[in-house]
Amino acid sequence: MKTTIRLFAKARDLAGTASYELDLAESATTADLRAALGEHLPALQPILGSLLVAVGNDYATPSTPVAGRMDVAVFPPVSGG
Amino acid sequence: MIQLTHQPIDFAALTESVRSNQAGAVVLFLGTVREMTHGWQTVALDYDAYPEMAQAKLNEIETEARTRWPVIECGIAHRLGHLELGDVSVAVAVSCPHRHQAFDAGRFLIDQLKEVVPIWKKENWSDGSTEWVHPGTEVNPKVQNPMSKE
Repeated sequence: MKTTIRLFAKARDLAGTASYELDLAESATTADLRAALGEHLPALQPILGSLLVAVGNDYATPSTPVAGRMDVAVFPPVSGG
Repeated sequence: MIQLTHQPIDFAALTESVRSNQAGAVVLFLGTVREMTHGWQTVALDYDAYPEMAQAKLNEIETEARTRWPVIECGIAHRLGHLELGDVSVAVAVSCPHRHQAFDAGRFLIDQLKEVVPIWKKENWSDGSTEWVHPGTEVNPKVQNPMSKE
């Protein structure tokens, strides 16, 4: 299922793009998403383990379904303030 | 009032906006761009955000603060884009009937903001290099300098 992922901060810089489309299995979880990102965007590998995943406006848990969503985002730990 | 803005934060107006005859205490927190971090010199910071989610998370932490303290008014503003030394990056203003409530609510709001709101800063160091600040990630030799710990 086509899934659109937005990238921010260092993830965007390393990937060289602010948005990326992946084809994920219907049962894909955030762990599958990370693995697929690492495969398709190898530049992300150094920070893959630290990437947070958001679906909609909420942080995803490891079991949150992500496939087919248009509102998935990945980014490293936040540092506002 | 919650605001993400590329313009300088008018923290006087923000403070005024939370004043109330029901409040005996108004607390304002300002985050400002600091020059030195572990001996490294910052010349500027660039802030980026995931705006939709940042807005939603700021709303959530305001709601949470209101369940914990008798908050009368609350204003949070975070600046985005390029900031110079001394610029105000974030302002949190909160009013409560009593001062300890206002201090506690204000501290909770800024601590939660730094923990969960998807905003990031990038250091522009004086040696010309730049570096995203991503706490807990280990490709950050300057910020992780073991010579000084805070």
